[in-house]
Amino acid sequence: MKRFAFLYRQLDQTTSTNRKLRALVDYFQAAEHQDALWTIALFSHRRPRRTVTTTLLRLWAAESAGIPLWLFEASYDMVGDLAEAIALVTPPPERSETLRTLKDWIRFMQDLKDVDEEAKRKAILEAWSQLEQDERFLFNKLLTGGFRIGVSQKMVTKALAQVLAMDENAVAHRLMGDWTPDNTTWDALFQSDSALDDHSKPYPFYLAYALEGAPEDLGALSEWAAERKWDGIRGQYIHRGDTWFLWSRGEELVTDKFPELETLMKIIPPGTVLDGEIMPWKEDNPLPFADLQKRIGRKNVSKKLMADIPVIFKAYDLLEWQGKDIRERPYQERRALLDPIIEAIPPGYPIRLSPMVPAGSWEELTTIRSRAREEHCEGLMLKRMDSAYGTGRKKGDWWKWKIDPLTIDAVMIYAQRGHGRRASLFTDFTFAVLDGEQLIPFTKAYSGLTDAEFDEVNAFIRRNTLDRFGPVAVVKPELVFEIAFEGIQASSRHKSGIALRFPRIKRWRKDKLRKEANTFQDLQEMLERYA
Amino acid sequence: MALLTFSDKGFYCPPGDFYIDPWRQVNKAVITHAHSDHARYGHRQYIAQQDSVPLLKLRLGSFIQATGYPYGTSFSIRGVKVSFHPAAHVLGAAQVRLEYKGEVWVVTGDYKLAPDPLAGSFEPVPCHTFITECTFGLPIYQWPEPMQVFTEINDWWRENQEEGRTSILSAYSLGKAQRILCSVDAGIGPIYAHGAIENTHDVIRQMGIALPKTERITDKTNKKDLTGALVLTPSSGMASNWIRRFADPVTAAASGWMMVRGNRRRQSVDRGFVLSDHVDWNALNAVIGELHPEKIYVTHGFTDLFARWLQDQGYDADVVRTEYSGENEEPLEEVTG
Repeated sequence: MKRFAFLYRQLDQTTSTNRKLRALVDYFQAAEHQDALWTIALFSHRRPRRTVTTTLLRLWAAESAGIPLWLFEASYDMVGDLAEAIALVTPPPERSETLRTLKDWIRFMQDLKDVDEEAKRKAILEAWSQLEQDERFLFNKLLTGGFRIGVSQKMVTKALAQVLAMDENAVAHRLMGDWTPDNTTWDALFQSDSALDDHSKPYPFYLAYALEGAPEDLGALSEWAAERKWDGIRGQYIHRGDTWFLWSRGEELVTDKFPELETLMKIIPPGTVLDGEIMPWKEDNPLPFADLQKRIGRKNVSKKLMADIPVIFKAYDLLEWQGKDIRERPYQERRALLDPIIEAIPPGYPIRLSPMVPAGSWEELTTIRSRAREEHCEGLMLKRMDSAYGTGRKKGDWWKWKIDPLTIDAVMIYAQRGHGRRASLFTDFTFAVLDGEQLIPFTKAYSGLTDAEFDEVNAFIRRNTLDRFGPVAVVKPELVFEIAFEGIQASSRHKSGIALRFPRIKRWRKDKLRKEANTFQDLQEMLERYA
Repeated sequence: MALLTFSDKGFYCPPGDFYIDPWRQVNKAVITHAHSDHARYGHRQYIAQQDSVPLLKLRLGSFIQATGYPYGTSFSIRGVKVSFHPAAHVLGAAQVRLEYKGEVWVVTGDYKLAPDPLAGSFEPVPCHTFITECTFGLPIYQWPEPMQVFTEINDWWRENQEEGRTSILSAYSLGKAQRILCSVDAGIGPIYAHGAIENTHDVIRQMGIALPKTERITDKTNKKDLTGALVLTPSSGMASNWIRRFADPVTAAASGWMMVRGNRRRQSVDRGFVLSDHVDWNALNAVIGELHPEKIYVTHGFTDLFARWLQDQGYDADVVRTEYSGENEEPLEEVTG
């Protein structure tokens, strides 16, 4: 645990990428394999299950610290993070345990699953009495399932590639899939060939950057392919052997959520992996993204839900064909294989091709892009014809070229405090449009302000709070902000009857007074035009 | 009888007709220490521990009328016996002991238990009524060993130096800055200071107190000379244009608030060191346990919670509202020049 705590401290204490990478490399070189495996698992959101409730942890923390529960609760409020609050109030260890490493402590937590409350209490108090403060913090983070750290998976991959003397892409591929440290070993994951025999293992997704400059800067149009950018969930469809798997971009196995795609096994041969978009789709038209969220949100996918919101797979790339990894082949070759396969599928199967969008010039393509909203798309994707299918986000070969967001000027009316490290700041804001003298709240938005603006807005809120409801402050309706969003939908769940997609603060309109904000009528016109 | 009453001007002593650390203008003010929330402008007469007097003059102007007494020497104000006792907060910081007709009250001002290179060691003063600060009166505040923190600061400075960068550490210009200056390993490299801190150093050196060598940062300071150096600045220097003059700086803050991760991150510094000149939770409870006063008043900090905790422990404890800010940001006016 000391080594893991040291790594955590090093990563936490610096904002320098180089220092972080160095710390990771040092750690992976020195750590036992099974500990290192858990570390990778934690960095890639493979967290152990929670075995103790937070209510009990609070009670025991107060007991261990020799303070009443009310004082612990007050302390927790100040800190804003339960794991940290416990680590701070509990006394330093009488003797520091050095033998148990990360994997042992995780085993220790997992073993608590089936024991009674008193045995849990004893175990937790014993653990706290053996761990140093920062180790207690990490132990509690693991225990409460809230472990997060400011290191990208890409950086972990890079560090591992250095330590293993392997190619970064190969490491990324091996890290994918359904493994946990409980069902694999270091050697099995990184060394053996059998790891790649695992039928469920997806390829790392290749991600695009947003195009910021003019498309002409990319060079000749003939070197580029354009496709529509669909508003669904990025997915990887795998058919290997006699099973199929569907992965989402967040590396989540979502096979069970979309049972209607099982039928694709009949017409797509084994040894095929497709990249594409999971889309809600009815009568040859996409449904709003919100419908797809309903599908993901449900634990059980009912017949009715499948009938109301059917789903298709919109294929746009071929990664594996006849059991061979073809990611290194140029994009146009992969498409030349993909297009006839999908086009040959008889109608009625839940799969469609995402067709290439032909255009004679960048200008023509720009015009096509401007119609994206009417076609229920977010814009266009630009992919270099001769590009390989990479891993992760890499600048240069793939670009997303989104349409400009819709915007509306709105008045801030409520502000809510954040959590954790932002517990003393107002971070969540609610905005309203004008309806005569009335203000109609229609959206919340979070990010988008500079640090300086953020501080200024916070200072304004503190001085201009009219009323309070728990963590929510009613703010004097005076500040006007431009809110950007990607789409607009009618919604019965929202008071205004409207739901926005990806709302965020675009800028603070200091130049505008409250009466100059947009009206409810403006918003409704947008709904009619774009929904 | 109450030796002190609590008015909107501050703590008032009726038999002696004087105030302690008042925040409105009064005739006679007994001052615990020279931080600006305790030593305000505009009183007719200031009475303080003798090392505090030059610092008061630096901060409030040389024209003020100020009298100094050494620690442990009692003097009388209209029959009230008054004496100063070490608080170990900053140079010249004192607890004020009042005795009148056999009744003893102590006002702590700000204090810490760890010894301070300039402010000495805290002395517990037995009393009937104890008026204590509780800036950090919550159990989440338990300071690490100061020696360990200084080792961390040394390591941090060295590591930055190896990368050819400048280490910028924010700390109170009176107190924390000198504590750090006297405790870090000056052999690592040159130490520079912001003008506000260097002004304080000048006064302290004039008092005949030796400080390790520091250089004042001016408009003429050469950027190149700062590579590998440690720069001490008040926290407001960190937030201003002043910081922009440094090439490739690494920033850190030293304060008790750095105990909590969220605060460290919000400071927008790269690194936070837990170093405070106030008592932590354990020290507060230890002092109160040792003195076992009949009556306790708690001032600035987590007063309501700490008073309730003391009541739970069987003490007669109450909250007094004050206008002291505790260990907050230093006001900007202090750092000009």
